[in-house]
Amino acid sequence: MTISRRTLLAAAPVAAAALAAPSLARAQNAGRVVIIGGGFGGASAARFARDRFPALDVTLIEQNRTFTTCPYGNLVLAGRRTIESITFGYERLAARGVRVVHQRATAIDPQAKRVRLSDGAEVPYDRLVVSPGIDLRWGAIERYDQAASARMPHGWAPYVQPITVLERQLREMRQGGVFVMAIPDNPFRCPPGPYERISMVAEYFKRHNPRAKILALDAKNGFSKQPLFQDAWEELYPGMIEWRGASNDGRVTAVNPEALECVTEFRDRVRGDVVNVIPPQMAGQIARDAGLANASGWCPIKPATFESAQVSDIWVLGDATIAAPMPKSGFAASTQAKHAIACIAASLAGREPPPAVYFNTCYSHVGEDYGISIVGVFRGGERLTEVEGSGGISPRNSALPADRRAEFRRLEAIYADGWYDAITGEMFG
Amino acid sequence: MRIPSLAAAALLACGTAAAQVPDGALLGSACAGCHGVTGEGGHGIPSIRQMHGREHFVELMRAFRANERPNTVMGRIARGYTEAEIAALAAHFARAQ
Repeated sequence: MTISRRTLLAAAPVAAAALAAPSLARAQNAGRVVIIGGGFGGASAARFARDRFPALDVTLIEQNRTFTTCPYGNLVLAGRRTIESITFGYERLAARGVRVVHQRATAIDPQAKRVRLSDGAEVPYDRLVVSPGIDLRWGAIERYDQAASARMPHGWAPYVQPITVLERQLREMRQGGVFVMAIPDNPFRCPPGPYERISMVAEYFKRHNPRAKILALDAKNGFSKQPLFQDAWEELYPGMIEWRGASNDGRVTAVNPEALECVTEFRDRVRGDVVNVIPPQMAGQIARDAGLANASGWCPIKPATFESAQVSDIWVLGDATIAAPMPKSGFAASTQAKHAIACIAASLAGREPPPAVYFNTCYSHVGEDYGISIVGVFRGGERLTEVEGSGGISPRNSALPADRRAEFRRLEAIYADGWYDAITGEMFG
Repeated sequence: MRIPSLAAAALLACGTAAAQVPDGALLGSACAGCHGVTGEGGHGIPSIRQMHGREHFVELMRAFRANERPNTVMGRIARGYTEAEIAALAAHFARAQ
């Protein structure tokens, strides 16, 4: 595709006029914006609001004093990162003028426009942003409850269970043992995450437990970046990884925690030395309690703004939302957050919301100097749609010239680390 | 080359078409996810701030779109944006501090 240079240049002055608009908006958009949840959605929203709309009064309600990212948790399993290196505090956001309140938000009153905190205090808002992340559906897999998760860790929600629980079990696993994973059906947090985890555990085994095996039991018949992951597994970890999809009886319906056993749909009993169960999920509790979720357990939003489709003056972000074809990823939450803040500022000033363009890049590490990615540009109108002809996954080996393959994978591994530093720097730096 | 006057552009922006005018700063906030808040780059990711004149930025994106320049993700990204959006991004990063 080619672009006419003339139309590009002609369009520029109009864009320059749009750049001048925020200063006008600043005088008009004063209002109280309260944000519940200090993860990728909430922290990005708070930072963007302070940078771009300084007249807004911004309060961030987050029960924890620190945030450990889900991304790069798999690199802790590989032994590449420490949990400290993926944990951040809210001091810098506070220094930027965000009022950070370390309390649990226990209720939302959308009529009175107030959020109740665990200490009984109430926080009034003009516009509310809810970015609550996920809750795990205990019991959706029979007998998989919080007690079972101590023996069979999920490692999928750092505020419920740190990744170090699973890390410790991996380090203590017997030589030549079997690592079993149960992977849920869509939708769930971080679609490529389980497969990056397989890769990072394999990297660890290759060095420290070379006879160990990995058996992944999946409730789906396909997964994100599948050809790239499977090519890499064959190349880097031949014979180590077996992946069983739903049509091959891969769906885990029950567990026996005492026996470290998964039970599949057709009653196959699979025992592991270490068993990682990633259970089905739903929107975080505060969103469900406030009537932001529908019967699916997830929150419908208006694709043009990310305002709740069910409750007015509340915006919902990130993994909690129904936003397909956007994935439940940190990057997606961050671009949703910025758009939502721009829409909130516009609504407070009585202006139309800006055109909705969302963006996502998800990198996965699959081995040393070996990264892969998926990219998407999305537009929101009546529906959320991915821009045709754009985005997609990294090229497969067969589509790359032999002399460029290694360099391509190496660059994507470097860019993955650059992405992590940039996005966490924006949130917490 | 004829460039419409700023006043004319401002009139356009204040009219009903205002919502359709790309917002370079908002669009550019997505680039921040990898290139940093001000496009400064780092950790192996190139800077897209200031060092590129507006035209150079547009030419780069055009080359990425057409896969005429080696890249990993930028071709897949550039093909998702309109010409007006790329122009707005170029203007934004030309000014970013």
